[in-house]
Amino acid sequence: MAKELLKGNDAVVRGAALAGCRLYFGYPITPASEIAESAARYMPRVGGTFLQAESEVAAINMVYGAAGCGVRVMTASSSPGISLKLEGISYAAGAELPCVIVDVNRGGPGLGNIAPEQSDYNQVVHGGGHGNYKLPVLAPASVQEMADYVRDAFALAEKYRTPVFLLTDGVIGQMMEPVEFPEAVDEIPHFDWALYADKASKHNLISSIQLEPDRLEEHNRHLQEKYATLEQEEVRVEQYHTEDAEHIFVGYGIVSRILKSVVDELRTKGVKAGLVRPITLFPFPKDCLSGLAQKEVDFTVVEMNNGQMLRDVELAIRCSRPVHFYNRMGGNVPTIREITDHVLARLEVAQ
Amino acid sequence: MATKILEKSKAFYTEYERAGHVDKRATHYCPGCGHGVIHKIVAEALVDLELQDRTIFISPVGCSVFGYYYFDTGNIQAAHGRAPAVATGAKRSHPDSIVISYQGDGDLAAIGTAEIIHAANRGEKITVIFVNNAIYGMTGGQMAPTTLQGQNSTTTPMGRDVHNEGYPMKVCEMIDALHAPVFIERCSLHSSKHISRTRRVIRRALQSQADHKGFSFVEVLSACPSGWKMDPVSAEKWIEEHMLPVFPLGNFRDHIDETEGHRPQKPRLDNAAMRRQLDLVEREITKPEATQPMEAARNPEILMAGFGGQGIMLLGVATSSAAMIEGYETSWIPSYGPEMRGGTANCSVRIDEKPIGSPMIAEPTILMAFNRPSLEKFAPKVKPGGILFYDSSLIDIEPERPDCICVPVPFTKMADELGNTRFANMVAMGVLCGYTNLLTQEALFEALPSVIKRRQFIDANRKAVQSGLDYGRKLREQQSN
Repeated sequence: MAKELLKGNDAVVRGAALAGCRLYFGYPITPASEIAESAARYMPRVGGTFLQAESEVAAINMVYGAAGCGVRVMTASSSPGISLKLEGISYAAGAELPCVIVDVNRGGPGLGNIAPEQSDYNQVVHGGGHGNYKLPVLAPASVQEMADYVRDAFALAEKYRTPVFLLTDGVIGQMMEPVEFPEAVDEIPHFDWALYADKASKHNLISSIQLEPDRLEEHNRHLQEKYATLEQEEVRVEQYHTEDAEHIFVGYGIVSRILKSVVDELRTKGVKAGLVRPITLFPFPKDCLSGLAQKEVDFTVVEMNNGQMLRDVELAIRCSRPVHFYNRMGGNVPTIREITDHVLARLEVAQ
Repeated sequence: MATKILEKSKAFYTEYERAGHVDKRATHYCPGCGHGVIHKIVAEALVDLELQDRTIFISPVGCSVFGYYYFDTGNIQAAHGRAPAVATGAKRSHPDSIVISYQGDGDLAAIGTAEIIHAANRGEKITVIFVNNAIYGMTGGQMAPTTLQGQNSTTTPMGRDVHNEGYPMKVCEMIDALHAPVFIERCSLHSSKHISRTRRVIRRALQSQADHKGFSFVEVLSACPSGWKMDPVSAEKWIEEHMLPVFPLGNFRDHIDETEGHRPQKPRLDNAAMRRQLDLVEREITKPEATQPMEAARNPEILMAGFGGQGIMLLGVATSSAAMIEGYETSWIPSYGPEMRGGTANCSVRIDEKPIGSPMIAEPTILMAFNRPSLEKFAPKVKPGGILFYDSSLIDIEPERPDCICVPVPFTKMADELGNTRFANMVAMGVLCGYTNLLTQEALFEALPSVIKRRQFIDANRKAVQSGLDYGRKLREQQSN
């Protein structure tokens, strides 16, 4: 067995390399810099290219150029850097270019701090840049998932011709856990839409411009159909003790790890708690939540932001059940104890 | 009478279907615009130099945003100013491609200043054609960075005022300040003589790219009769009279002949070679039953704390690695939250038979304290029944935790006796495992190479671990007797 104790930020790069990624364009930013550093170390060793761009904007546009050329390419950054990249991400979404972007979410707004937050949910999950686009978003909760999901992200990106986000945070990026890696992929598929600098592909055009309103509307409708298909086909969600749960937590990423411990703790105290952990934030597990809302349950959304996923939960269940909210911000990570106490206090009041 | 057959370059589409215009053979350019001439020069060069099929033409925002209407090559439309970055991505993907970044003055010299300078500075093996017409043509005649002093535009209605907008930017001169570019020249389209020169220059630049020489940059002074509100003939005259004094023509650099072509070689690796390159090693994972830790150390939540420089992080990673080797679930995390302030270095290690929920530790079951502030701060947080190891050679107080097992050990003194204070962390790992029987000696030893990067220090570290193990085991025996 080949297990390695690695940081999330390192595992995602080695996982990407084994998934056939050969180009990395990025700009240093804490707490995502280890991704660039790992890519700088490993990309050249596997016959790939690492390039430290002059800016976040340049990095995402390099990704745009490479993605148009049919290669597997990725970039990574942290919140302020993602804000800068949104221009290029919108172009890539418009031009339907497969690529993978990792966001190691840090505290904001503005320069904020370098501690973990989940405050990029809106800018990553709900589009963020200009135009009617969305992107599939995977939210790893462990180092193993950083390695696994980056491969899944490339698969999704190519299947749907779209950029795909891995939305994580400073905890998952910086923590170390054992990781196992799958075999290296043999071949990258040949895409009939991409540019290979040859006669056969030269008629292909990588573009996001459509001057004619009717044609642009048609293109937008095509994009919306793609998002509808994603919602039909690609929802991923993990449920933990929800079968008999009366009190259901909803949390993603590092928070879902903490919530699992909270559920265990509450169950030892006789509280029937459960957890819904969205793995894909878009497409959001609406059906799972609305299904659970058919029973006499309440929901508690726990986030390290000001309640950005909270709205998606309320919308998914059409506010048919009480939705409580517990959050920390500024880089503070909620403890098992504080969440447990919060819920117990509420239940006591209710009795 | 001899007839000369003139035909359109094969590098142009015969009919411009993508334009969607009624007349499929007309371009969208205004009469007298220089773009048509430059397009023609580029297209003919691509055919004559046999580069057409492998060309990727980048059209960013500006009048040439629709370059892909015309060029029968690979085409990428790029965001405003980003063409050199997009070109970089394309070129790095296909090193044998011919990548042309075709940019106007607003695109290249204003919003895309960073991209062009850095692509040039990296020596990207692309060709940049910089069309300088001293105005924003596409958006209707606003000021460009190259707009001349006193020149009217829709955003300098009284003429460019140097006290408000500064002076026209000279891009060739800026690029010429960089080491990497192999070719830099400014030419003009204002006369047939200069068009011929432009033709030669663009060919030379493209051929140098085909030979993998480096970054080539061609600035072309070009008329914008619509933007300048002139007829085409006056526009040509205006270039000569007004632009040439500010933007002198000529070659700034031609290092093509003395530069050796360089094409990056990228090996293809099989799975085994990939794994070797990625430092993924096969290793034996033993079963969790291998050890029977004392009850207080079962599935421990360990907080390690001390000053920066005491090797606390490394201790945590080594302990976590050994736990992994022994088949446990484990996590290591550097401190977050308020603890990260104050110059102390803390990390949390969890080792468990079952998958680990939260890797964060609020109430440790084991504390390893390497200085007094850490002991003072974290001793109260240890769960009742937990274990407190602390460096008695540096800490002169005792923790007030009668409900816990307190184990003072002179980590630093023991390390000093082994010859190096820096081994205190390894001594501590040995003591932890010797005292609690948490992890086996074999697992600890096997973990060392993955955390001690310098091989010559592995033996010494192993001795330190061994010394700690012996100490811990002996202490435990004495206490239980």
